[in-house]
Amino acid sequence: MRLRRLKAIAVKEVLQIWRDPRSLMIALLLPFTQMFLFGYGVNLDLKHIPICTFDREGSQLSQALLKRFQASLYFTIARNVKDYPEIVAAIDRGDCRAAIVVPPDFSERLNDAGTVSVQAILDGTDDNTANIAFGYAAAVVTGYSSNVQLAAVNRQGRTLQNVQPLVVQSRVWFNEDLVSRNFIIPGLVAVIMALVGAQLTSLTISREWERGTMELLVSTPVRSSEVMFGKLIPYLLLGWIDAAFCLMVAVLWFAVPFRGTLITLFLTTSLFLAVILSIGYLLSVLIRSQVGASQMALVATMLPATLLSGYVFPIDQMPRLVQDITYLIYARYYVTILKAIFLKGAGISELLTPILFLVVYALAVVFLAARAFRKRLV
Amino acid sequence: MSVSEVADAEIIVEDLVKRFGSFVAVDHASFRVGRGEIMGFLGPNGAGKSTIIRILCGLLRPSAGRVSVAGIDVAGDPERVRQHIGYMSQKFSLYRDLTVEENLYFFGGIYRVPRHQLAERMRFAIDMAGLRGREKALVATLAGGWQQRLALGCAVLHRPPILFLDEPTSGVEPTSRRRFWDLIHALAAEGVTVLVSTHYMDEAEYCHRAALINQGRIIASGSPDELKRTALGGELLLLECEALGPTLAALQQAPGVIDVSVFGNALHILVSDADRSLIELPAYLEQKALRPSRIARISPSLEDVFVQLIAVDIAKRRLAA
Repeated sequence: MRLRRLKAIAVKEVLQIWRDPRSLMIALLLPFTQMFLFGYGVNLDLKHIPICTFDREGSQLSQALLKRFQASLYFTIARNVKDYPEIVAAIDRGDCRAAIVVPPDFSERLNDAGTVSVQAILDGTDDNTANIAFGYAAAVVTGYSSNVQLAAVNRQGRTLQNVQPLVVQSRVWFNEDLVSRNFIIPGLVAVIMALVGAQLTSLTISREWERGTMELLVSTPVRSSEVMFGKLIPYLLLGWIDAAFCLMVAVLWFAVPFRGTLITLFLTTSLFLAVILSIGYLLSVLIRSQVGASQMALVATMLPATLLSGYVFPIDQMPRLVQDITYLIYARYYVTILKAIFLKGAGISELLTPILFLVVYALAVVFLAARAFRKRLV
Repeated sequence: MSVSEVADAEIIVEDLVKRFGSFVAVDHASFRVGRGEIMGFLGPNGAGKSTIIRILCGLLRPSAGRVSVAGIDVAGDPERVRQHIGYMSQKFSLYRDLTVEENLYFFGGIYRVPRHQLAERMRFAIDMAGLRGREKALVATLAGGWQQRLALGCAVLHRPPILFLDEPTSGVEPTSRRRFWDLIHALAAEGVTVLVSTHYMDEAEYCHRAALINQGRIIASGSPDELKRTALGGELLLLECEALGPTLAALQQAPGVIDVSVFGNALHILVSDADRSLIELPAYLEQKALRPSRIARISPSLEDVFVQLIAVDIAKRRLAA
């Protein structure tokens, strides 16, 4: 490999990237916009679930209960309705996902029997949301009823110790607030980088075939390895910029805690870029059309990276066979690495296993890409 | 001049065959090109000109036969051949989104032109292509003739002893074509061996030697003069007369006449010996009471020769099939 030729290829590639501002903007803005789209779009925390309330009593006590729903972060009262058909209509229209119905004898039964039921009507079309909404609603009602009990106990002049219920106090490590965003966003960076990285290089060889410049390049003494590394270097720089964008959006905008070191982040990110850029390059060599290579790159990165990398869908909840397949998904290792660096502050030594997998992956893809590009035409 | 007579051959091709599946693109081609010689490949589109050139550049693997360029076996070591050659492909293959200067700088780097020589070589290429003052222009904005001359400039930047030019003048306006051939001659005068293909028949006149290729086979080769004199297998006479039909019929029986054909309102007569026929034929026709108004020796144009040869070749193949 000759440095002079490597440099000639790299400089030429940089000039071509620079002369094509539209593609350059896409390369730089795509990860940026995707971070925002996915960052807001993929959110497993349910907050401000719109609900209807149907207060059939209208007493002080019933209003106190509904005020608790209003005060809760998890619910927003979309409207107060007067009858059942209105609830049905509201759910049908999608104005609310649940309805809370307070019975007409609410205060009476609460005072007399000490126990009363409140009805929750849930829109079951999205059972996940329904389940979570039900859980939150139950929690709100429990909170209210313990207050009522407390008041009753106080009225009877008894001491508080006797009714102190057993309370589990859980403490969550690494993502103390259990904000789903905190563990999704680092994984999201990996997914977006996989997507953008392979796209960047998927055009580089197929473009030379389509424009006819490959014919001349092949007739020169340039070596395949010089072409490959000369072309990959500029995209590695671009990849670093993209990664920096994504990580900055994660930390500065979405306020995901960053507990690791920049050097660990830099090294693992470079390794991951080596893998995805080489995959894009390999596809570009194998498929001599720009459209074909770019679409294959999309398919080869998008689906595995989103579904099988474990960035949202936990790998240990997948069927055994699928779990085994995920070992082949390079994005999985980078997702693991990024989550560990961000949330646990993991260093190189703790990440040796996924790093080793990525190294093997990088070597394999680079080897394949180097072999796939042969200078002889037929 | 036959194949074996080329002394100091830079390009040697013997029994070259290239098959793509069942299609035979090159059919047992043999030729040599000597140092400083301009060899022209002529023939219709799809005749196999480009395929032979691409094999010589090491872009395609020959199916059979021996190919040697600058003393190197191309099939055995294509990489080493590439140091010695410059190539202009049929399709324009410089980077259109780069400037004139950037393209030259790129190929200077790829061929590892010594740094202290690069500036001077680039200046030479720019002057040669007549692109002085347009060094910063994007190649896409240049007219066809300029693009082709720049491509030649890039191909000779590393001073290769052998140049392969695949239809370098196709789609270029006549004055630019003329200028391009001047450049080729200047290079050949310095000892560069040039193999150039074209489908403009008149351009064969600019070559030292030309080979006519049809359906993968070299059907004739030699200097333009040789081709005109010998390729038809005789000499050409022009005969003008009143009674075209009876004269044609009479001449077909005449001694020493190979072929007669109507050419406008005259006859073209292919004879084995023009000097003899010029004396004999008027007497022969006199006996049959036919008096031609004029009979004279004419020299065929290369286009005549090639059209005739390709027609004969096609007829022969049809007969064999």
